[in-house]
Amino acid sequence: MASYTIPHAPGFVANDAPRIVTERFDDPASFTLERYLATGGYDGLRAALERPPDEVHSEVRDATLLGRGGAGFPAGVKWGFCPPGVWPRYLVVNGDESEPGTYKDRLLMELDPHQLIEGCLIACYAVGLSQCFLYIRGEMALAQERVAQALNEAYEAGWVGRNICGTDFSVDIVLHSGAGAYVVGEETALIESLEGNRGMPRLKPPYFPAAIGLYGLPTIVNNVETLSNLPWIMRNGAEAFTAIGTSTSPGTRMIAVSGHVQRPGVYEITNGTTTFRDLIYGEDYCRGMHPGRELKAFVPGGGSAPWFTPAQLDLPFEASEVGPQGSMLGSGAVMVMDDTTDIPAAALTLTKFYAHESCGKCVPCREGATWLERVLRRVCDGTGTPRDLDVLLEVGASISPGDFPHAAVPERGLEAKPFPYQMTTICFVGPSAFAPVHSALTLFPEEFEARVAANAHLDAELSGDPVSEVPVSV
Amino acid sequence: MSFFTEENRALAGEIIGRYPKRRSAMIPLLHVAQGQAGWVTPEAMTEIAELVDTTPAEVLGTCSFYEMFKREPVGKYLVNICVTMSCALAGAVELMEHAEERLGVRAGGTTPDGMFTLASAECQAACTEAPCLQVNYRYRYRVDTEGFDQLIDDLASGSLEGEIPQHGITARVRQRIPEDRMVGAVPPAEVNEAPVWLAVPAPNGAGSS
Amino acid sequence: MSDTTAAEATPSTVEVTIDGVAVDAQPGELVIAAAERAGVHIPRFCYHERMSSVGMCRMCLVEIDTGRGPQLQASCMVQVSPQMVVDTTSERTQRAQEGVLEMLLINHPLDCPVCDKGGECPLQDQTMAYGPGESRFVEEKRHFPKPIPISELVHLDRERCILCDRCTRFADEIAGDPLIDFTERGNETQVLTFPGEPFSSYFSGNTVQICPVGALTAAPYRFKARPWDLAQTESTCTTCAVGCRIAIQSSRNELVRCLGVDIDPVNHGWLCDKGRFAYGSVGSPERVTRPMQARSGGRVADIAEVEPMRNFEPSDWARALDAVAAAIKTARPGAIAVLGGARGTNEDAYAWSKLARTVLGTNHVDAQLGDGLAADITVGLGTATIDDACTADTTLLVCGDLREELPVLQLRLRGAARSGSTRLVEISPTETGLTRDAARSERCRGGEAAAVLRDLLDGDDPLSDELAAGSVVVVLGRSSVAESAEAAAEVASVLADRVPHAKFLVAARRGNVRGALDMGLSPGLLPGRSLSADPTPALAAVWGELPPEPGHDAAGILAAAAAGDIDVLFLLGADPLTDFPDSVLARLGVAGARTVVAVDTFLNQSTIEADIFLPAAAFGEKSGTTTNFEGRVSELSELVTAPGSSRPDWMIAAELAMLCDADLGFVSVSEITAEIAAVCETHAEAMGSPVDGDGVLVSGAAFEPALPPAHVAPPRDAYGLRLVCNRKLYDGGVTVAQTPALASLRAETALRVHPIDLERVGVASGTEVEVHSERGALRLPIVADSGVGRHNAVLAFPSPELDVGALIDATATVTDVRIETRGTQEPAP
Repeated sequence: MASYTIPHAPGFVANDAPRIVTERFDDPASFTLERYLATGGYDGLRAALERPPDEVHSEVRDATLLGRGGAGFPAGVKWGFCPPGVWPRYLVVNGDESEPGTYKDRLLMELDPHQLIEGCLIACYAVGLSQCFLYIRGEMALAQERVAQALNEAYEAGWVGRNICGTDFSVDIVLHSGAGAYVVGEETALIESLEGNRGMPRLKPPYFPAAIGLYGLPTIVNNVETLSNLPWIMRNGAEAFTAIGTSTSPGTRMIAVSGHVQRPGVYEITNGTTTFRDLIYGEDYCRGMHPGRELKAFVPGGGSAPWFTPAQLDLPFEASEVGPQGSMLGSGAVMVMDDTTDIPAAALTLTKFYAHESCGKCVPCREGATWLERVLRRVCDGTGTPRDLDVLLEVGASISPGDFPHAAVPERGLEAKPFPYQMTTICFVGPSAFAPVHSALTLFPEEFEARVAANAHLDAELSGDPVSEVPVSV
Repeated sequence: MSFFTEENRALAGEIIGRYPKRRSAMIPLLHVAQGQAGWVTPEAMTEIAELVDTTPAEVLGTCSFYEMFKREPVGKYLVNICVTMSCALAGAVELMEHAEERLGVRAGGTTPDGMFTLASAECQAACTEAPCLQVNYRYRYRVDTEGFDQLIDDLASGSLEGEIPQHGITARVRQRIPEDRMVGAVPPAEVNEAPVWLAVPAPNGAGSS
Repeated sequence: MSDTTAAEATPSTVEVTIDGVAVDAQPGELVIAAAERAGVHIPRFCYHERMSSVGMCRMCLVEIDTGRGPQLQASCMVQVSPQMVVDTTSERTQRAQEGVLEMLLINHPLDCPVCDKGGECPLQDQTMAYGPGESRFVEEKRHFPKPIPISELVHLDRERCILCDRCTRFADEIAGDPLIDFTERGNETQVLTFPGEPFSSYFSGNTVQICPVGALTAAPYRFKARPWDLAQTESTCTTCAVGCRIAIQSSRNELVRCLGVDIDPVNHGWLCDKGRFAYGSVGSPERVTRPMQARSGGRVADIAEVEPMRNFEPSDWARALDAVAAAIKTARPGAIAVLGGARGTNEDAYAWSKLARTVLGTNHVDAQLGDGLAADITVGLGTATIDDACTADTTLLVCGDLREELPVLQLRLRGAARSGSTRLVEISPTETGLTRDAARSERCRGGEAAAVLRDLLDGDDPLSDELAAGSVVVVLGRSSVAESAEAAAEVASVLADRVPHAKFLVAARRGNVRGALDMGLSPGLLPGRSLSADPTPALAAVWGELPPEPGHDAAGILAAAAAGDIDVLFLLGADPLTDFPDSVLARLGVAGARTVVAVDTFLNQSTIEADIFLPAAAFGEKSGTTTNFEGRVSELSELVTAPGSSRPDWMIAAELAMLCDADLGFVSVSEITAEIAAVCETHAEAMGSPVDGDGVLVSGAAFEPALPPAHVAPPRDAYGLRLVCNRKLYDGGVTVAQTPALASLRAETALRVHPIDLERVGVASGTEVEVHSERGALRLPIVADSGVGRHNAVLAFPSPELDVGALIDATATVTDVRIETRGTQEPAP
């Protein structure tokens, strides 16, 4: 064991909702093998090993375990996309959590690494994945240490490696630390990175990683939280899982709520039924705005998601309801802005993020995201012009053509434009740079107009049109 | 001649052995190199190229893609202040201004004594604890200006040396796979059938795919 | 055949609709390629049909509907599927294309007036065709210092670069030299080399050609010309025997650029840098452009070192040819010999072959200089093509390092091995450019590849089953000029009864050597791949009586000359002192000939000894045909006029015939081509009508080659090392020396041995040692190289600075050497 002290990771707030993945979070020694085994640890794996792999797969399919990484695709269905007869197959664990506002996978790795390891093993067993690579974001030193420690313990104790639990099931789990690149969270970029390359997405429809992934072989890429659900599902069965939440969004999910709320934190909430109002204002959750402040807007699903206003507070955490209202649930991150927020500046922090994190592969993202950032920065600085606001939307349209999704603005008679959007890029980084600009401009145009109004005359000068008729003597 | 110390060369061999293809070890080896020198030197990249069977140009290509790899020396402590949305909403911009003043360098700069490199960072996954920062990837949460000053004082006085290693060393606990427990990485081309557990009938006699 | 069932299982075409027109696409074909074939051009920057798609530039976005409504998709990434509907001109497509172009231009410097690419720039052209009229970008552009040399041949301007990944992809995927890569990320991304490690690939020039902007420029062409001022013609590269299809371009009667042309059977558009830049030697100021005759009083050796021309006095064609005719007329019967002819056209070779046989009365003709395989094997054994080698179940490489000798063949084979369409098995004394991609690579002592192969096939090695089970192509050549041609050809003898279905691709190296042999520039061969002893009736009818005495090959000619038995020695573009492996014999031979007549473009080690120098026209200055090592005949074009009074070789032959009171029967290239078609049954199709860019493969020969008897391995010198003299692309030859862009790229010569052997020698790597063979000695540095097989000592041949041939005995099967370390100096640390 390490000789130095590890501060207990803050952020998690318990509540009355059912707990699936955060069961052990209150235990200060939750990350040790000893405590894990004492609290039902590896029972799920044992239960799985008692059954044939395809039954385990079916159980997970029946649980409708939606991917928790952002896209929300059912894990059991994804597993089924491995082409038959092509071996080997790999598992890549996406622990590269870096979507702005998102803070949950880190806690799962720091506080319950064995739960994740057990989930990995169940997935490998069910689908015949012969090696697992656990990719942890580079900046998460503590998560890397806790997972490394847990893996070392688990190897020694016979939970990982050769002939697990005395069966024919053998699999290595290799911890792989990233090195700082948001785009690597995109699953094809993650695979590139794992192959030792620049982390640039390589999406080649119709070949997704399940068919052609790591080293060109079938590869399942699953998020940390997704896999962390598997031990519980194997212990309690799919039926118990689907009894929580709704049939289309069963179980729980972890949501980080940050920004201008009284009690920001990471909450495990009941999927499908909990509403944004519950989460932001509920006594059990964030307890509303600071005294005297009003909710102005919130980002419902991580930095890439179009913004909502108080008008959408009563929507539940259910993709089929949020999508038509113009945004997405994404990676389980809600960022809350109160009435003191400088909207253009807030949008700039996100657009700057995506411009900085663009991998540089697709021209519209590489050039366009930086262009958006620079124009928006001028607008925020007070040196922008009204024309710049059009430029922002036009540049955005080159990244994401057509109607970009947005929430309804009832007071202006604006109806919601549903998700998803079109894009001229391979992955979502480009449109994500535009999303905050588009949301902010659509929901709060007056804040932008106020910033540029004083410079209206510059547009005319730049365009070369005569500013005024000056009598010239000849 | 060789960049890596004998110990790290052995470690490199161990790491390479975990992957079906050597090149996959490139990022882990760059971490080992940065842990040894505090930054990634050209000599390290050349040696890694040899170890993973590629050219230094490709190692540079990969290395330079990732934020954490520094190709020039940085301070003993890299102070990354998050300036993305949640932290910005909680005063990260003001914190950064304070930090620049306190350390006497702009974001991106290193103090003349080589102790601190200040950098603005993107979201660090601690959004509920904003504003946050990392010193050599160790978190500090809800940092106000006094807290920042105290942190710098503590780092300068050496009182945090036990908790925060010098720049380059991220995780201090390494994965170690015992030889007798390791399944072993196999070059993909050498595998062409399903793993044994898929082929073996389960205890209850049911068939499997 | 099984094809029928396969065709039933997968439909042979996929019907898609492109811009409202039904198109039959190939299964698996990319939309952009299917559209192209249907005549619909989709704009693109990163897509290149010879490389994998990356979908990077997004320029080729079009609306594709696969039943779920039209979606903007990169047409270079999407394969056709049944009922797919593609719209390349929809409003959304156009907007996307405009958007991409606007984005590409925001950081582009728009310095077209000073850019080499201006006028032939895809970015410029597509901006005109698909771009927005104006930019809304008012921010500061990205800036980089410009341009930076990334190698001696290529400059990089990062401001112009649009990051399409073509050059970096080429370097990695095609050339296998990933010495350039993207660095940094996002908006900061730039292409770079590793500091101190330049992009020194033999194929670097291709990146300049495929760069869709002016980011990569070729040092020799920078600011030389404007595209609209260039004259251009298609031709065939004759720098080596691959025969890459090229476009040559000139400005003001000077060759200024050479570009690869994509033909399926040969080069796929690629060129090696030697082929691409060797045009520089054509315009070299060192060219000899008027006839010269030796000064009376002979050679002034000490002056010649510094001022070679001082050996000669200017002459003119009338006097020079008279002098040659006089020498011919006074020569003893059978005492005239012609060495060379592999650097000219087929028509040149035919004319000289006919001159030798019908006017000079000699069979002493040899286009090879003792550095290839026997002529009958080169002509009669090789029936495989490059495509055959790229698709055979196994391709066995028993030849020199193709990267150094036939670079584009290396590219083709590497690509085939990587795509899995063939499996390479290599037996060689050292690692080669293909070792990394070979499924199997065996080391042997120089000259013992056949023995190693025999042991593998006769033992219980799986190779024999593998070769028996599938198609086999053997790329056969001399891996070392210090081993005899027979030792190299013995591989064919070993395979003859063990793998009878093996087909051979003979890796003849020098420009048109195959064509010269096909035209009879070999003592035992006559035009049309027939034996001298057995002329075809068609040939006999035109050529009449032929000299009865059998002729000497190069070694025999030089030996005879050394013995005083040659009165007139023609050096037809030949430099035996540089190229003949046994330089001692070459020197004695050239010195021993009574009259030496050089027909050449430059003074070189051999032609400086000439009594009469006749200036010849060079590549690009004459038309005709050439034949590559597969036997593929393709056209050569004339683009610039020969300097001074230089003339094509055939014309010199025709005039000499006339001065000897004979008539070769032709006064133009086309008459020669027609005569070849008439007298060579094999060449009737290839030479009978104009050939297209792909050329025409001439197959078949009128004889079976005689394989050397399989003999026991040559004796080994237990204390010595086996000398292996292999080729380097940038060698000691005149083409490289006279091409300013390439001359400085020649590596210094060192003796390379395996580290264990170096340990046995007992000196540090880099120490200067003495190398002794039975023949001679050299002093040079010895270096450790783990790629060299045990017991071999490897030296590049020919070397620009060392007389490596002094170690080699042309009559020996192999050459062993000893290393002496007396008085050696270790290198400074």
